[in-house]
Amino acid sequence: MTQHKENPLKTLQEIRQLMERSSRFISLSGLSGVTAGVIALIGASIAHWYIGKVPFQGYDPLTPIRLSSNGIPQIDYLFFFGLASTMLVLAVGAGIFFTTRSAKAKGQKIWDALTQRLLINLCIPLVAGGIFCLAALLHGLIFLIAPSTLLFYGLGLVNASKYTLPDVRYLGLSEIALGLIGLFVPGYGLELWGIGFGLLHIIYGSRMYFRYEYRQ
Amino acid sequence: MKDIITKLQKVFDHRVRLGIMSILLVNDWVDFKTLREMLELTDGRLASHLKALEEAKFITIKKQFIGRKPNTSYQATADGKKAFNDHLDALEELLKLRE
Repeated sequence: MTQHKENPLKTLQEIRQLMERSSRFISLSGLSGVTAGVIALIGASIAHWYIGKVPFQGYDPLTPIRLSSNGIPQIDYLFFFGLASTMLVLAVGAGIFFTTRSAKAKGQKIWDALTQRLLINLCIPLVAGGIFCLAALLHGLIFLIAPSTLLFYGLGLVNASKYTLPDVRYLGLSEIALGLIGLFVPGYGLELWGIGFGLLHIIYGSRMYFRYEYRQ
Repeated sequence: MKDIITKLQKVFDHRVRLGIMSILLVNDWVDFKTLREMLELTDGRLASHLKALEEAKFITIKKQFIGRKPNTSYQATADGKKAFNDHLDALEELLKLRE
């Protein structure tokens, strides 16, 4: 333990580092974004293939997701739910894997007060959005679901971004913009998901990877 | 030059104390265990520096129980934040002189 009376530069650098390490989760890996994006694109392709439609035809592929008159979910509903859950589990799993690896390399803890705060702030808009989409589904407002998921996901990212890398904020803003556009141009639900959860994750993920991880 | 030196606070004249104040400046309440891990210190060393900062009224202490375990958290006071920011400004001015 040394004193830096004669080296204020080193002292200031250490202070800046401590402030950043203690208040921002900097170990979030860009590779988790890229993987999540690839998984989302595969998922969107499977969904398009399943309903036998080509993207950007203007037909809303999500219309088959509808409860039949006796309240029993139709087969399409179960298929989409199963597909979405599988994609989510794979994407979150990959995210945890790459981020744990990066946290170990940086000597940051993966589960502490900071990451808990990050997740809580991410989840508040996400849970609200989930309930909103459930209500939209029950009221038969299917066209609202895809844009709303992007909108609330974006809000969650912006809300959580003050506890992690600043890039997450811009990803969040892009998702919000995409969701808002989708609200006014209905009928492209799956395409929106492909762009929002697929392309945007790949773009921002690789940007983060090359900015913070590749050279180190 | 003399003016800058007088702005440097004697209480902050140690790496551990600078570390504690840096963490408390950007986080609200931080518990003992987190501080110890962030600064990679032993209990005794950390406690003695926390005590010095507390005596200067730069930090406040909150003791509570989480389950049956006692848990102590720390927060920078308004005075502490101001003093630490002044200290950082003085350090920066020193740097400018050297350039």
